[in-house]
Amino acid sequence: MIPEIGHFALILALATALYQFVMPLLGAWKGDVAVMRSASWAAGAQFVLIGMAFSALTWAYVTSDFSVANVYENSHSAKPLLYQFAGVWGNHEGSMLLWVLILSVFGAAVAFFGSNLPLTLKARVLAVQGSIGVAFLLFILLTSNPFLRLNPAPIEGHGLNPILQDPALAFHPPMLYCGYVGMSVAFSFAMAALIEGKVDAAWARWVRPWTLGAWMFLTVGIAMGSWWAYYELGWGGFWFWDPVENASFMPWLVATALLHSSIVVERRNALKVWTILLSILAFSLSLVGTFLVRSGVLTSVHAFAVDPQRGIFILGILTVFIGGALALYAWRAPSLQQGGLFAPVSREGALVVNNLLLASAAAAVFIGTLYPLALEALNGAKISVGAPYFNMTFGPLMVPLLILVPAGPLLSWKRADAWGVAQRLWVAAVIALVVSVTVLAFQHRGPWLAPFGIGLGIWLIFGSLTELAERTMIFRIPLARLSTRLRGLPRSSFGMTLAHLGLGVTVIGIVSVTAWRYESITVMKPGGTVNIAGMAVTFLGEAPATGPNYTADAGHFDVKVGDRKVTTLISEKRTFEPSHQTTTEVGIHTFATGDLYLAIGDKAPDGGRTVRIYFNPLAPFIWFGGVIMFLGGALSLSDRRYRVGAPRRARNALPQAAE
Amino acid sequence: MARLAAVFLIFVALIAPAHAVQPDEMLKDPVLEARARHLSEGLRCLVCQNESIDNSNAPLARDLRILIRERLKAGDTDSQIIAFLVGRYGEFVLLKPRFDLRNLFLWLGPFAILILGIAIAWSKRSRPVESTAVENELSAEEKERLARVLKGSR
Repeated sequence: MIPEIGHFALILALATALYQFVMPLLGAWKGDVAVMRSASWAAGAQFVLIGMAFSALTWAYVTSDFSVANVYENSHSAKPLLYQFAGVWGNHEGSMLLWVLILSVFGAAVAFFGSNLPLTLKARVLAVQGSIGVAFLLFILLTSNPFLRLNPAPIEGHGLNPILQDPALAFHPPMLYCGYVGMSVAFSFAMAALIEGKVDAAWARWVRPWTLGAWMFLTVGIAMGSWWAYYELGWGGFWFWDPVENASFMPWLVATALLHSSIVVERRNALKVWTILLSILAFSLSLVGTFLVRSGVLTSVHAFAVDPQRGIFILGILTVFIGGALALYAWRAPSLQQGGLFAPVSREGALVVNNLLLASAAAAVFIGTLYPLALEALNGAKISVGAPYFNMTFGPLMVPLLILVPAGPLLSWKRADAWGVAQRLWVAAVIALVVSVTVLAFQHRGPWLAPFGIGLGIWLIFGSLTELAERTMIFRIPLARLSTRLRGLPRSSFGMTLAHLGLGVTVIGIVSVTAWRYESITVMKPGGTVNIAGMAVTFLGEAPATGPNYTADAGHFDVKVGDRKVTTLISEKRTFEPSHQTTTEVGIHTFATGDLYLAIGDKAPDGGRTVRIYFNPLAPFIWFGGVIMFLGGALSLSDRRYRVGAPRRARNALPQAAE
Repeated sequence: MARLAAVFLIFVALIAPAHAVQPDEMLKDPVLEARARHLSEGLRCLVCQNESIDNSNAPLARDLRILIRERLKAGDTDSQIIAFLVGRYGEFVLLKPRFDLRNLFLWLGPFAILILGIAIAWSKRSRPVESTAVENELSAEEKERLARVLKGSR
C-alpha cells in the first residue's frame, strides 16, 4: 500500500510541477498578483508530495519490502540500517527520486526565503524550477519508476554492492546532488533575468548565496568521493580523472568561475552577460554530469542504446534545457545593459582572467571526457583519454591561475597599481621561494618540479594571509585596535581568505603524495618485517573477523619507529553475503608527516600474504584543504549581507544585547 | 531495465578493489622494474573503466604486465613495447592519446578556447569606452538644437 501512495504522490507532484511551470509565467505576463503568489504554494506542495514519495521508497527499503522490484534488486535484509537508507539512492531509480527531492527542497527554499524578491522575478524563477521538475518527474514516471511491484514477492533481495557499503559513499551522492541541483537555482535566476531583460547588482546578490551553497556541497561531495577512493580502492590513489569524477568536477570548476564573476556583477555591475552564460553552463554541466553517470554512456556509446527509451528521454531533456537556455540567451542577452568600465589591470580584470582560465580548464576536462565518445560515435574509432592527457592540458591551465590567486584580492576595483600589489606580496613570494629551494636542496628523489609545487602551495597560503593582514593592518596598528578592525571586516572577506588558503593546502597535499610517496609491495609471512620511510612494519598474523553481513580475514601489523612501538595496523579482506564479493579494508595511521597506508592482498601459494604498504606524505592535506574551502564558503554564506532584509529586523529586535 | 542494471553491475565490479601489480610479477632488476611500472601506468586495462594496467586487478591487466616485463627482459625499448601493444590492441590501449590530426582538437581545444576567450575579452575591453564616446557625441540634429538654444539665450 505504501509504495502505491508514493507512486500516487509522485503523479500528483508532476501535476503540481506542471502548474508551477505554466501558471506563474502567465501570471507574471498578465500582471496577476494572486497567480504569481500561488507559485510559492505550488513549490511547497511539490516538496511535500515528493517528500512523501521519497519516504515511501525509504520505508520500503528499511522494512525490506522485496515485493518492490527496486528494493529486491538493490537491498538485502541483513544489511546494516545505514546502508538500507543509503541503498535508496544507490541505484538509478532511487537516485533520480533523490534528485527531484532535492530539486523540490531548493524550490521550496526559494519560495520561503525569497520574500524579498520582486514578485515577477520570484514567479519566473519558480516557474523555471517547475519546468525542471516536470522534465525529471516525467522521466521517472515513464522510464524509471522505483515503485514497480513484483508478484510473487521474493523472500530475499540481491543486496547492495559491498564496495558501496561505506559511510563516505553513503553520503557522497546526496552531497553531489545537492551541488548539482543547487546550480538549478542560479540557472532559474538566469532564465528569469533573461525573460525580464534585467540583470543588476541586486540580482547578483540574490544568486550568490545559492551558488555558494551549491558550490560548498559540490566541494564536499568531490572531496568525499576522492577520500573514499583513497581508502577503499586499496592502493592510495585519490584522483583518477575517471569520467565519473570528471562529471562532478566540471560543474565545480564552472561554479567556481560563476562565484567570482557574480562578485563583479554585484560590486561593479559589469560582466552581466558572461555571468548569465556561466549560470546556464554550470547547470548544463550538472545535467550532463547526472546523466553521464546514470545513462551508461560512459562504458561505451553502445551501452547507451541498451535502453533506448531512457537514452532518448535523457537526450531530450538535455536538448530542451541546454538548447532552450542557450537560445533564450542568444535572443535576450544582447539587450542587457552593459555597465561598469574597468582597466585591464584591476580587480575586475583579474576576475576575468580567473574566469578565462577556469572556463578553459573546465573545457579541457569536458573535451577529455567526451572526445572518445564523440570519436566513437563519429567513425567508430576507439581511443582512451587518461591521466596523462589531463596532466598536460588541465595542469598548464591551472598553474597560472594558482599563481595569480593571491594577487587578485589585492588589486583595487576599476584601475589598479600592479607594482604596488607586487610590493605587498614580496614577503609571501620570498617565503615561497625559500621553501621551494630548501625542499629542492633536501630532496633526494622525486621530480625537480615538485619543490616548486610545494612553493606554489605556500605562496597561496601566505599570499591569502597577506591580503587579510593588509585589510586588518595587523603589523601597523596597536593590538588593542586590531580586534575592532577584525570585527569590522565582513565575514565574506575571511571566507575568501580561508577558501584560497584551503586551495594552497590541497595543492601541497597533492604534490607531496604524487612526488614523494613510498611504496612496498611484497609477500609477507607472519613475523616478517618491511622497512619503509624510516618505520619497521611487522606482520603479526591473521585472525578471522565477522561483521553484520560479511566475514573477514584480518591481518595485524605492528609499526615501530626505532624501538618505540607506534601503532598496530589492521587490514581486512572481507567477503560479503550474499554475493560473495570481496573488498579490502585498508589500515591507515596518520602521522604529522603523512599517512602510513597498508592493505593486504591475496594469499600466496607458500602461505604468505601479498601486502602493500605505502607512506603517503602529507596526504590528509588534500581533503583537509577541501574542508577549509568548505568552511570558507560557510563563513561567507553566514555574512549578513547575503541575508538581505534579515539583519535590520534582527538588530531592531535586540537593541544592544547584554554585553 | 535488467540489462541496464547488468551494465551498472559490471561497471561497479570493474572498479572493485584493485590489487594491481603483484610481487610475483616484479622483476629483480630495479631499473627494468621501474621502466615496467612507468610503462604500465600509461597503458589502459582494456576491460576496465579508464584504469591503467598498473592499478587494475583484472586478469587481462596481469597478463599485460607480465608481457611487458618479458619484453623488457628480452631487451625491447619502451617505444618498441608500446608499438607492439598498439599493433595488437589499437590506440585504445594508450591512456595518453597520440598527438595526430584526428586528436588535434582534443589536444589543442582547451588552449584554443583560452586564446579565443582572451581575444574576446580583449575586444570587449575597449568597446564600452567607444560606445560612451559615441553616445557623448551629439548628433547633427542635437548640435543644431544646441546652437539654436545658445543663440536664443544670448
